Amino acid sequence: MERGIVCVKPVPDPKAWDRLRLDPVTKTLIREGIPWAINPLDKHALEAALEIKDAYGTEVVILSMAPSAAQPVLREALSMGADRAVLLSDQGFAGSDTLATSRILAAGIRRLKPFDLIFCGNYTLDSSTAQVPSQIAELLGIPNIMHVTKMEFLETRRLAVTQKIEQGYAKLEAEPPLLLSFTKEANKPRYTTFLEILAAEKRELSLWSNADLQLDPAFIGLKGSPTQMADLLVQPKTRQGLKLEGSPREMAQGLAEKLHQLGLI
Amino acid sequence: MDFKLSEREELLRKSTREFAEREITPGIEAMEETGNFPVELLKPMAKLGITGLIAPQEYGGIGLGYLARTIVLEELARVCAAVAMGLQVHHMAIAALKDFGTEEQKKKYIPPLARGETMGCVAVTEPSGGSDVLGMQSTAELKDDRWILNGRKCFITNSHTSDYWLVIAKTGEGPKGLSAFLVDKDAPGAKTGRVEHKFGLRGSNTGELVLDNCQVPRENILGQEGGGLGVALKTVSESGRTGMAAVALGILQACYEEAGKFATERVLYGKPIGALQAISFYLAEIYTELDICRLLCYRASWMKDQNLRFDTESAMAKSYTCDAAARCAKKAIEIHGAYGIMKEYKVQRLLRDAMVTISAGGTGEIGKVVLGRAALAPFQKKA
Repeated sequence: MERGIVCVKPVPDPKAWDRLRLDPVTKTLIREGIPWAINPLDKHALEAALEIKDAYGTEVVILSMAPSAAQPVLREALSMGADRAVLLSDQGFAGSDTLATSRILAAGIRRLKPFDLIFCGNYTLDSSTAQVPSQIAELLGIPNIMHVTKMEFLETRRLAVTQKIEQGYAKLEAEPPLLLSFTKEANKPRYTTFLEILAAEKRELSLWSNADLQLDPAFIGLKGSPTQMADLLVQPKTRQGLKLEGSPREMAQGLAEKLHQLGLI
Repeated sequence: MDFKLSEREELLRKSTREFAEREITPGIEAMEETGNFPVELLKPMAKLGITGLIAPQEYGGIGLGYLARTIVLEELARVCAAVAMGLQVHHMAIAALKDFGTEEQKKKYIPPLARGETMGCVAVTEPSGGSDVLGMQSTAELKDDRWILNGRKCFITNSHTSDYWLVIAKTGEGPKGLSAFLVDKDAPGAKTGRVEHKFGLRGSNTGELVLDNCQVPRENILGQEGGGLGVALKTVSESGRTGMAAVALGILQACYEEAGKFATERVLYGKPIGALQAISFYLAEIYTELDICRLLCYRASWMKDQNLRFDTESAMAKSYTCDAAARCAKKAIEIHGAYGIMKEYKVQRLLRDAMVTISAGGTGEIGKVVLGRAALAPFQKKA
């Protein structure tokens, strides 16, 4: 394995989600004061790539599409142990839906050729569509295995992959080039060690704009997105109240019956 | 002036926070119960870089400075001040070796400490007192190429978890009558005494070291003979005070977070209690103290990294932050009402821990003696 590419998305830090608000007019997230973080599942994808790097010396490249302000997130990914990072950043990319995003990422990957494996998180925490990994694979014309819970090498270029399916697990065998998207069951992402933080300061972080990718503006950004947000609503959280009355025995009886009715006991 | 932390420092903070929340939190209850330092965390902490943080890279460390150390200790203490306390003293031992050790001593002692194979401790205090360094009674005598140490050291952090002790003892009289020694715990006549049962910093190990005709090889003197006061003062003032201040800073951060969370979640009179002005004033005070202390602590550490003299600033950071942590923990408890004194709530531990930081690593009063001297210096007439 020569090179693995890990797609990483900077998302609002899940720890600050209770502070996230929607702009009632533009229907976008108000990001002010909310720190960026690596999309949690992408850390599992990165860990899988780093384990291959540890075993075979594979070069691990981080690829991301985000505003240039998200560079610290890529530096953090480099500090986990990746070799270099590429940030795809351009005004023209703004407003991309999952298809336009996949076109941009696929173009980035083509520019990073040759590659053996592409690692993605199964979905991102902020939009949760889980569409991008499969779309990238389709655009590149390579196979894609989603919901990966385990991955190991059978031979140098043959992988055994366990995939979570509705009724259980499926075991697959596959050969690169291949795109895998990971669940949190796959591994435990490593901590960023202080030595790696220092080493990552010297690792290359490149910024590529559309001048580098040369994508037709009609297929990227808001204009190139076939899906548009029509509305965004906050789902109110309500609790159903139930007041039991009577003697303690009657109330206990009532509670037991209600729990039984709901199938909870 | 630039008050912004670098990308490196932010990453150190993030990484330490993640580690502390996930790896240290599960053991806190056991620490509170047993009073034992979680030695099993040394290896993972070494892997992250915490044990060898300020040790030079050529001796197996990370080679980071004091601002980085303050941030890391603060993040450890935010989750568990006892663990941070053990580490800060461990760093003191490394700092003393780095500053005063011979090449042979550095090569022998720093790598195992940096790799977290053992801990280090610094033993100055005796039953007769700690602040009165010259009043100590432990002695060291040179006999046939060996130092013979006699005496008793007490209230020593990491006493029972360390393989190497840095011991100060008398080799003469007066300020030039103290020397520093590296004592292996297995040296003939080296014993550990009682383990103390503290009400705070429960998971940090504190106890006695007994030197009973303890034989130490001649080459184990650290620094010059008669230079022990300098070793003790530099180590306590530089790494000890900044380290203690960082531990208290982490406690203070935790006070702010616990108080803020409770004031937002607890509803009285139909709204969160944070909306009550009395409670919001308490929070305003904690919030301000936190910022004052952070600036004091970071400045002192930054000055060390710039090779500036900073004994006044480290004393200020230490005495102010430790006091402020206790004051704010009390306020945080009051915000919690009756819940605040329940063992299930973290705030009561924060007060107990903060109280221990006040007398440790140079008492608050000694800090003020240093500060009083500095405050009056510009007005003193030359004799």
